[in-house]
Amino acid sequence: MDRKVDVAVIGGGPAGLAAALKAHEAGARQVLVMERDSYPGGILQQCIHNGFGLHYFGEELTGPEYAQRFVDQVEHTDGIEVMLDTMVLSVSPDRVVTAVGKAGLITVQAGAVVLAMGCRERTRGALGIAGTRPAGVYTAGCAQRLVNMEGMMPGRRVVVLGSGDIGLIMARRMVWEGAKVEMVCELMPYSSGLNRNIVQCLEDNGIPLYFNTTVVEIHGQERVEGVTVAEVDPATRAPKMETARFVPCDTLLLSVGLIPENELTKGTGADMDPVTSGAVVDAARQTTAEGIFACGNVLHVHDLVDNVSREAAIAGENAAKYALGKLNKAETVRVMAQGGVRYVVPQRLVKGEGKAELYFRVGAAFKPARLTISCAERVLVSKKKLVMTPGEMEKAEIDLSQVDGDVTVRVEEG
Amino acid sequence: MYDVVVIGAGVVGCAIARQLSKYKIRVAVLEAKVDVAMGASRANSAIVHAGYDCKPGTNMARVNVAGNAMYDEWCRDLCVPLKRVGSLVAAFSEEEMEQVKKLRDYGEKNGVPGLAILTREEALDKQPGLSPEVVGALWAPTGAITCPYEMTIACAENAHDNGVEFYFDFLAEKITTLRDAVEVESDKNVLFRSRYVVNAAGVHADEISRLMGDDSFTISGRKGEYILLDREASGFVQRVVFQAPGPLGKGVLVSPTVDGNAFIGPTAVDDSGKEDTSVTQAGVDALKRAGVRSMPQVPANRPITAFAGIRAIPSTGDFILGQSKANPRLIQAAGICSPGLSSAPAIAVETVESLRRAGLNLVERGDFNPVRKKEKPFRAMTQEERAAAVEKDPRYGRVICRCETVTEAEIAAAIERTLGKATLDGVKRRTRAGMGRCQGGFCAPRVMELIEKYGGIPMEKITKNGGASKMIVGRTRQEEK
Repeated sequence: MDRKVDVAVIGGGPAGLAAALKAHEAGARQVLVMERDSYPGGILQQCIHNGFGLHYFGEELTGPEYAQRFVDQVEHTDGIEVMLDTMVLSVSPDRVVTAVGKAGLITVQAGAVVLAMGCRERTRGALGIAGTRPAGVYTAGCAQRLVNMEGMMPGRRVVVLGSGDIGLIMARRMVWEGAKVEMVCELMPYSSGLNRNIVQCLEDNGIPLYFNTTVVEIHGQERVEGVTVAEVDPATRAPKMETARFVPCDTLLLSVGLIPENELTKGTGADMDPVTSGAVVDAARQTTAEGIFACGNVLHVHDLVDNVSREAAIAGENAAKYALGKLNKAETVRVMAQGGVRYVVPQRLVKGEGKAELYFRVGAAFKPARLTISCAERVLVSKKKLVMTPGEMEKAEIDLSQVDGDVTVRVEEG
Repeated sequence: MYDVVVIGAGVVGCAIARQLSKYKIRVAVLEAKVDVAMGASRANSAIVHAGYDCKPGTNMARVNVAGNAMYDEWCRDLCVPLKRVGSLVAAFSEEEMEQVKKLRDYGEKNGVPGLAILTREEALDKQPGLSPEVVGALWAPTGAITCPYEMTIACAENAHDNGVEFYFDFLAEKITTLRDAVEVESDKNVLFRSRYVVNAAGVHADEISRLMGDDSFTISGRKGEYILLDREASGFVQRVVFQAPGPLGKGVLVSPTVDGNAFIGPTAVDDSGKEDTSVTQAGVDALKRAGVRSMPQVPANRPITAFAGIRAIPSTGDFILGQSKANPRLIQAAGICSPGLSSAPAIAVETVESLRRAGLNLVERGDFNPVRKKEKPFRAMTQEERAAAVEKDPRYGRVICRCETVTEAEIAAAIERTLGKATLDGVKRRTRAGMGRCQGGFCAPRVMELIEKYGGIPMEKITKNGGASKMIVGRTRQEEK
């Protein structure tokens, strides 16, 4: 073993940095953050648009500005060390972290581990779009890195498939950089992105958004020459080929979903949630692998970084407690998604005192929506909301003293 | 003046080049594209076939069985993965069982070792998860899996190490046969003069043949589409699983790859043209159905990518090998469809013999080195090996492709080894960077930086795959200022 630390944090993005700060604040003396990139801040560094921090800091920041707030704090905290250019290769169930960096292979015994590796983008291959395989097909995040960090233009005439937030933001960025964005196609009848992004990115720039529409074929032998788009049957999602039309373009950007990157998590033996593709956690964000915590987009894909920071603070604080022997093992109850609710995080709760915040997403748009949280026959929360959409993460607070069995979270029309 | 120019740097052309590099002769390989393995050699089933499905007495039968037997030595010397996992041909009815028995008879005539007819239970024992509707199967223990582009790259590098010259972006457009030589001219007016030409031009071999006055055959394209599955979902298959063959080929198979993925494929679309490698929805749907037929548990909903390759189907129905009757300076290695990969080493040996018979003076050189070294990939190293590697070269400590754990050191080596021009796909084929789940979403910009750094190609000129496949179209406004 090369060294021992109280808390090892895997990933130096917004989740990892916030977790490290909170872990230190909660008493962990040695906190080690391992980041694979050459700089801390993660994906925020390429998100040069503003709109970050409204909830967490009460002001509008760009991605790098938001990240810098945490980076500055970490730099001024003696007990936190950030190792850059360091790729974690494995995390064992007994919390031995193996990583590689310029200095060589490192093994670290951690009192507690916080998993904060973030997510990756769904690809063209995973979608199975037919056609050729030319240059010019990019995930929106990859294009964002090229444009915002490398100063490179991936194309001049663009079709965006998927209305996820990165796709919407990139549609606007490409217009600002002088490209023509022909359209954004969305398979579903609603956007998975934030409403404010649809308004500010598309409507303000005159970019059409077509719902129930997808790309059925990519054309071009060497570079993209166009795509065939078609409407889909709203019930089956099958393309209606009679509506197919060719749209000339040199670039297809994909913003078709984010997938938590949990390869390391699987090695710890932690239970996984098939819906979130992240680990199953309790309110402390502890996974079913003892002493291993998870937060941020590796746990479930968030809508706002503000929520990531909040969740990471919970994980960091509890990781420190665990490392210091102050987090007692306790019996948990399950939290279950019902009705229109796709998933709830945390998936487990410890019975006891205090409040717990439940984060969840719906699987379709509800206008208006009725939320009911109950424990057996007892209704813990019942409230109405004007609209709930899959693009926005919902939050509800429950009183843990009311919980003595499994909890269900339900959303219905009405 | 060259002794031999080989036209085409696919697996056949490169295997021939390697075999020729054992002799004291001057050899050049001319390739129209930017890299080796740009045609059928980069998109096929990656199977070293046992050799039971070729009609006895054909060229195909002879070179397939002989080639299969040579694979162990070639792969060992060239550092190419080979796994003798064995293959099964599953029959779903008594009629198909008869067909399968016919394959066994063919195989025995062709000299394929170890063939056996299995009962349903024996077949299920060899490959758990096989459809319960299978009534029996043919078992061929010599059936193997390899990596076709790695094989091509390795043959090319080994040939190059032994003195063979490689030229890329050379599209042969005019060939003039003189009294004692042949002149091959490219579309860019580059001229090569050689005593002999070996035609290994894949789907374009009929065109090359015609340029040299031999129009005895034509080649048509037969597209084959594939679905590659996520490694995490790929543990369900350990053998190469065929279905009893149809008229258009060996049918759809389900197989593991040497890299731990599984795939379903190929379809067989006749007269598809020579360049159209597009994947169709109909093709993908057909593959999923066929895959489920063989193995009901096949995770067809876990693809990481789909791709297509074009087989070069000869009008003669057999590989066209040996000296051309129309032009004695032309040695054919044409119409090499399946089992071309399996046959490549044997085709190489036969082609050299054809050149000898045609009059080429072949004297073995004393210093031929059969070994092509390739460093062990970082992902395959033990922890101790990894630590030692970083100690020796800190660039092993910088992981560029996180899905496949590919380091800067490996990518730098791949770029420096590339005989043609480094491309994003070329780096991918050599290192697996970009072949994982994120399909290059994270590493593509980083690999591009390394191509600029180690390959000296400016970002704006980096292509995915040569030609006009540029990754970026210019600088942003900010940068331009």
